[in-house]
Amino acid sequence: MDSRNVSGKPEGTAIIDPAKRSMLLAALYVAQEQNGYLTRDAVHQVAKRLGLTDSEVYSTASFYTLFRTEPVGHHVIQVCEGLSCYLNEGAERVVDYVGAKLGIRPGETTSDGRFTLETVQCLASCGTAPAMRVNDQLYENLSPASIDDILERLMGEV
Amino acid sequence: MAEQQPVLLANVHRPDSEKIATYVRHGGYTALRKALKTDPEEIIAEVKASGLKGRGGAGFPTGTKWDFMPKDAPVKYLAVNTDEGEPGTFKDRLIVERDPHSILEGVIISAYAIGAHRAFVYIRGEFFLGVKRWIKAISDAYQHGFLGRDILGSGFDLDVSVHRGAGAYICGEETAMIESLEGKRGVPRAKPPYPAQSGMWSKPTLVQNVETLANIPHIVLRGAKWHSGIGTKESKGVKIFCVSGHVNRPGNFELPLGTRLKDIIFEHAGGVRMGRAVKAIIPGGASTPIIGADRISTPMAFETLKAAGTALGTGAVIVMDETTDMVEVVRRTTRFFVHESCGNCLPCRVGGKRMLEHLERLAAGTGTARDIENLEYLARGIYGQTFCPMGTGMVEPILSGLRLFRDEFEGKVKSN
Repeated sequence: MDSRNVSGKPEGTAIIDPAKRSMLLAALYVAQEQNGYLTRDAVHQVAKRLGLTDSEVYSTASFYTLFRTEPVGHHVIQVCEGLSCYLNEGAERVVDYVGAKLGIRPGETTSDGRFTLETVQCLASCGTAPAMRVNDQLYENLSPASIDDILERLMGEV
Repeated sequence: MAEQQPVLLANVHRPDSEKIATYVRHGGYTALRKALKTDPEEIIAEVKASGLKGRGGAGFPTGTKWDFMPKDAPVKYLAVNTDEGEPGTFKDRLIVERDPHSILEGVIISAYAIGAHRAFVYIRGEFFLGVKRWIKAISDAYQHGFLGRDILGSGFDLDVSVHRGAGAYICGEETAMIESLEGKRGVPRAKPPYPAQSGMWSKPTLVQNVETLANIPHIVLRGAKWHSGIGTKESKGVKIFCVSGHVNRPGNFELPLGTRLKDIIFEHAGGVRMGRAVKAIIPGGASTPIIGADRISTPMAFETLKAAGTALGTGAVIVMDETTDMVEVVRRTTRFFVHESCGNCLPCRVGGKRMLEHLERLAAGTGTARDIENLEYLARGIYGQTFCPMGTGMVEPILSGLRLFRDEFEGKVKSN
């Protein structure tokens, strides 16, 4: 089926409401908030509400790096590995530093489920590099001392 | 050229700069009042005469783009591109976080000029503060009567909503952004038809970058002549240059187009760290060709950078000093583009992966002369042959890196 043909009526399904479909990314954010990732049930519920199939929802969700279909830690640490962060002693150096502190490598979650470490592409913080995000908070001009502070504060949280 | 007062970054350093009261106190929304009393055609003519070109990377003349919007279409849309993701670029994030009303005023005037009553703001999912600032700015603008029905008694209606992307560089490409706004995978569409003919839900759609829109109120207030009096022959107005890498004072600098690269680096960004020499510069973001230090006197303008074999792009200047490993630089930009490839067309999807493998081997010191040969062969083959411009953007740093720093690539070859 040509997904751009929004006015046609595909056989066996309801007319696709283009305005409804445009809610998909927003709906996925809401669905993801509950468990930190998109559970099968969450995907199914979103699909049902928007008149889409589960596979259509998975197809779209899997395109975007901020949507997850696997469980993640309570705090997701995303270290920028962009060129400007690299030129400013960041990127791998920050990844290695954070990873050593938490005992995990990129893509891994601590055994207590509290931290996930990831690398991400440019965060548009090149003028304040090195940078990383923790959940939705951006941290810039990172140094070993500032990373220590950030991690200590997060570890202190219940 | 006389010293310019800041135009686009005049507000960003004020306390509470993001608030509507601050913006209005410093003359905000006076351009909107003026515009709403002007014939839309006159505004389009003014923007055309100003010489403004898009600030999102492609540099298309803004007024011409507006003119492409059909006059008689009953439904038209304006889509605002806040999907800043080009490595080295951090200007749009600054404006959205610190001066969102300057963009919003440009949005309202642009929508009025092209006859759109619905605008969609698309913003990178990672820009959490930016999302909040956009939403707050829009809701305050409704409260003040700058949005909604019968704006300032003009009879013009406009609604604006905010839409979060979710981590995909390609969604900065206008047709991919439209797909994403429609709730789909961000895969670029074939052009033509251009969005001005068939964009969101097949309706005429104007897609415009944040920095471009922020220029509009100033052009309306001060006139096309003021704007076209700044800059060079083919590059009018001011530009926010994002300077990063091995400089003493990285940051955003608003300067007239045509400012020489070396003045940006040495006068504004404080020169190279530890007094080292410049080895290479990426002048317009990661998808623009790398240039050597011999090009440092080039004026930062569309035509002069083109003549120097590169491009203005987003105006993101990444400075690399004499100690920089250029193979690693090229490997890193390539990894970025491979990660961000939408997977739609083969040269970008598969070619990118293969090129990265060659670069990984070379960077690790396990590569051979064949890796360089194949890398160059693939890059030349991919250049200009992908569905959207991203594939060409991917190979620009590779081809220019090989051209300028081939000895470094060869120096990495095993048992050379």
